[in-house]
Amino acid sequence: MSTTNGTIQLTAKDFATDQDVRWCPGCGDYSILKQVQTVFAELGLDRDQVAIISGIGCSSRFPYYMETYGMHSIHGRAPAVASGLKIANPGLHVWVITGDGDGLSIGGNHLLHLLRRNFNVNVLLFNNQIYGLTKGQYSPTSEEYKITKSTPLGSLDHPVNPLAFALGAEGSFVARSMDRDPKHLKEMLRRCHEHIGTSFLEVYQNCNIFNDGAFFPFTDKDTKPETAIFLEHGQPLRFGKNMEKGIRLDCFRPQVVDLENDGYSPGDLWIHDETDICKAHMLSRFFDVPAQHKPSYLPRPFGVLYAAERPCYEDQLYGQLKQAVGQKGEGSLDGLLAGTTTWEIS
Amino acid sequence: MNKTTEIQEEVTIKFAGDSGDGMQLTGTLFTDNTALSGSDLATFPDFPAEIRAPQGTLAGVSGFQLHFGSREILTPGDEYDVLVAMNAAALKSNLGRMNPGSTIIVNTDGFDKKNLRLAKYEDGHNPLEDGSLDGFEVLEMQVTKLTRESLIDAPLSTKEKDLCKNMFVLGFLYWRYNRQMDSTIEFLSAKFGRKPEILEANITALKAGYHYGETTEEFTTRYNVKAAPLEKGTYRNVMGNEALVIGLITAAQKAGIPLFYGSYPITPASDVLHGLARYKHFGVRTFQAEDEIAAICAAIGAAYGGNLAVTGTSGPGMALKTEAMGLALMLELPLVICDIQRGGPSTGLPTKTEQSDLLQALYGRNGESPMPVLSASSPADCFEAALEASRIALQHMTPVILLSDGYIANGAEPWKFPKAKDIPEIEVAFKKAPENGEPFLPYGRDERYVREWAVPGTKGLAHRIGGLEKQAGTGEVSYDPANHEYMVKIREAKVEKIADFIPEQKLSAGPEKGRALFLGWGSTYGVIKSVVQDMLEEGYMVAHAHLRHLRPFPRNLKALLDNYETIIIPEINNGQLSKVIREKFLREVVPYNKIQGVPITKAELSDFAKQVLEG
Repeated sequence: MSTTNGTIQLTAKDFATDQDVRWCPGCGDYSILKQVQTVFAELGLDRDQVAIISGIGCSSRFPYYMETYGMHSIHGRAPAVASGLKIANPGLHVWVITGDGDGLSIGGNHLLHLLRRNFNVNVLLFNNQIYGLTKGQYSPTSEEYKITKSTPLGSLDHPVNPLAFALGAEGSFVARSMDRDPKHLKEMLRRCHEHIGTSFLEVYQNCNIFNDGAFFPFTDKDTKPETAIFLEHGQPLRFGKNMEKGIRLDCFRPQVVDLENDGYSPGDLWIHDETDICKAHMLSRFFDVPAQHKPSYLPRPFGVLYAAERPCYEDQLYGQLKQAVGQKGEGSLDGLLAGTTTWEIS
Repeated sequence: MNKTTEIQEEVTIKFAGDSGDGMQLTGTLFTDNTALSGSDLATFPDFPAEIRAPQGTLAGVSGFQLHFGSREILTPGDEYDVLVAMNAAALKSNLGRMNPGSTIIVNTDGFDKKNLRLAKYEDGHNPLEDGSLDGFEVLEMQVTKLTRESLIDAPLSTKEKDLCKNMFVLGFLYWRYNRQMDSTIEFLSAKFGRKPEILEANITALKAGYHYGETTEEFTTRYNVKAAPLEKGTYRNVMGNEALVIGLITAAQKAGIPLFYGSYPITPASDVLHGLARYKHFGVRTFQAEDEIAAICAAIGAAYGGNLAVTGTSGPGMALKTEAMGLALMLELPLVICDIQRGGPSTGLPTKTEQSDLLQALYGRNGESPMPVLSASSPADCFEAALEASRIALQHMTPVILLSDGYIANGAEPWKFPKAKDIPEIEVAFKKAPENGEPFLPYGRDERYVREWAVPGTKGLAHRIGGLEKQAGTGEVSYDPANHEYMVKIREAKVEKIADFIPEQKLSAGPEKGRALFLGWGSTYGVIKSVVQDMLEEGYMVAHAHLRHLRPFPRNLKALLDNYETIIIPEINNGQLSKVIREKFLREVVPYNKIQGVPITKAELSDFAKQVLEG
């Protein structure tokens, strides 16, 4: 801890526990942990006012490494635990840490309902497109025909699109980032914290043991400029090594244009509006696989696809508690015990 | 004309009709009115699982049974003295349980060709005409026609008028049993206050039924059932789920912390959710979760956050919650899990009663997972049981299972309710910030092996908990073999230690030593006690003990059992407590098991017991 101006300023290290971090060497989780610790320190969060709730899986070991309150719960159920905790103590900063299997397979139902209820919690979904802790089975985000231990002839599951799912579940904040871009990840974590309502951040995370390189086309500096697009509110959708490409809307069809050769200027491009739910849905469908080399390839969006204000569940619940007292007065235990009709035996 | 009044000591009435005939409401209103008259009573509603089963069929019959009298009433009655049959199916499905010479009040409008066919009477046969009811007093009334006529001027459709026919019947019964109708009129006014025409019609039909009894020469006798010699005091009528709701709120108030109830709708537990949702002005947070698992997990989150956390369900929901129960046990957080049992396995018999989740409650989790288990023995007892379950959960930092069942959940009885000031406080101590830089040990324990409750947001206590095995003291993840064994043993010792903090087992009836002890738990309380009372009068040396605590057992239970030659264990299951008692105490018992979705009757238990003792 360092002291500046008489206040205690925590550093990233103050958010680390004395536990050995036990992820595999080279795992993308290390980067995410570091950025979370850094951002928490930068935001000046009080360690006693933070609770990190996880389910089961590699990512769900996260709470053990954070010097805050935390619960490593059971598979897929962290959103439900977080909901109850948030009702009990709405002032806490609650972060749910989950993975593609935990959050979208066994816990898909709970994630759906957390998002639509809009509790003021932050969900970090570490997507590595594989089951790591159980040693390499395909996950609900794995690509079709993926060969794994449980699918020797290829998986027949069509993958789920996490951001389309989150938007479909009425998520009020939906964003994507990656483990290999610390600066972007930190910015997204900050945005999650600032958003009032459920923030859903999908983080592309490399599992170097069972699915190494799954996201390299988006994260490698040579291919990234062509495959990924970074969204900024109010700015035109541009990408490419020299930002020479853009996306415009041809009626309702997104179209990649070359600003140098196609005769378009930045003013012709799609201007990103985080509050536009229809466009957010469209962006979530930018889900082409780079390796398939589709001529109409749309780059994968990173950043905040959608952010809108909507009342939080816990605020409304407390509103109703207050309203009930207003209508009926504080409950009297003797009144409750007696009910409406009594009689005397003498 | 002259009408006479006869005094009766006790009466069992069965209201039966189509599930759309409003029999549950009629029964409930008559019950409330009976309670006000000072009689002791017990009720048993019995309805189909379908909301509107096919009209007029046997499957669609909905019934409400009320037993009341001027003496202590412990069961809803074996057989009926009075049957109200709104149609042919209602008569057919209840005739088998009529006492000889008893009274049948029939709505003859429910016995037309169609109704007879739906009730599966043979072509051309009408039980009202073929002599099959000889030996019963049959009071025939054209209820549908009479109700319509009484409402001839009402601005309602025929369909709406027909909905009032249960009020006509109720009015008639109020005449027959010499009752005041004010409480019912008050109830109707509150229910239909915003629909004056409907209110007016219901009151008119009610009064028409009453006057019909008074003026028609056919009915010459009225009956009086006097007040029962209940203990002095102020009483109310209460249903089991309602008493559970009141008990949980009381526990939270006495502990000085908010009540959180996470639940997913399931028969017959939904009324607990409905009930608690009405008490937001007591600070009650109800959360209708997306499924059973989320309901208990949200409760675990609320428990972590310092609330009195409760989840409620029935058998299938219990099965879904088991993994999360194991988590609560590992986290050593207080949690009350209410299981309002019904017929199982799987979906089973949703609206029928059973006591078949005992083994699930005791053992139904992975790993070594001991958990206190309690049961409620009557509708009003659900209040005490809820208080006790909450106290144990909060003071011993453990999940607790409370078993009720469909029979007592929906049954009602008079309740001499306590005053708030006479209910003891439940002391709850949250861990405070450590002093003198002492390290906080999340899994440190006191002399009862109980850990401290450290709630997120408390300064200086940041710590992590989870489902992985804990290192004793620090609570850090531990795979150490010896530590695991130690932790398994200490979690068990903690639950067993609770035996030092619960009352010794008492007898409900009978001598301290004798020929036989009836050992029961849950909703069989009433029937066992009344059988034992009767047998004692007949000279049998029998006694009755009824278990509130099923884990741990009261510390004197073994000694108590040793005082009797024979232990008879009546249960509405295939012998679950019998298994546990045999295993625990290595002693033979005589099970009496009924698994028909309905309560045990006095007659069958008494016959069985006498056979055992004399055979």
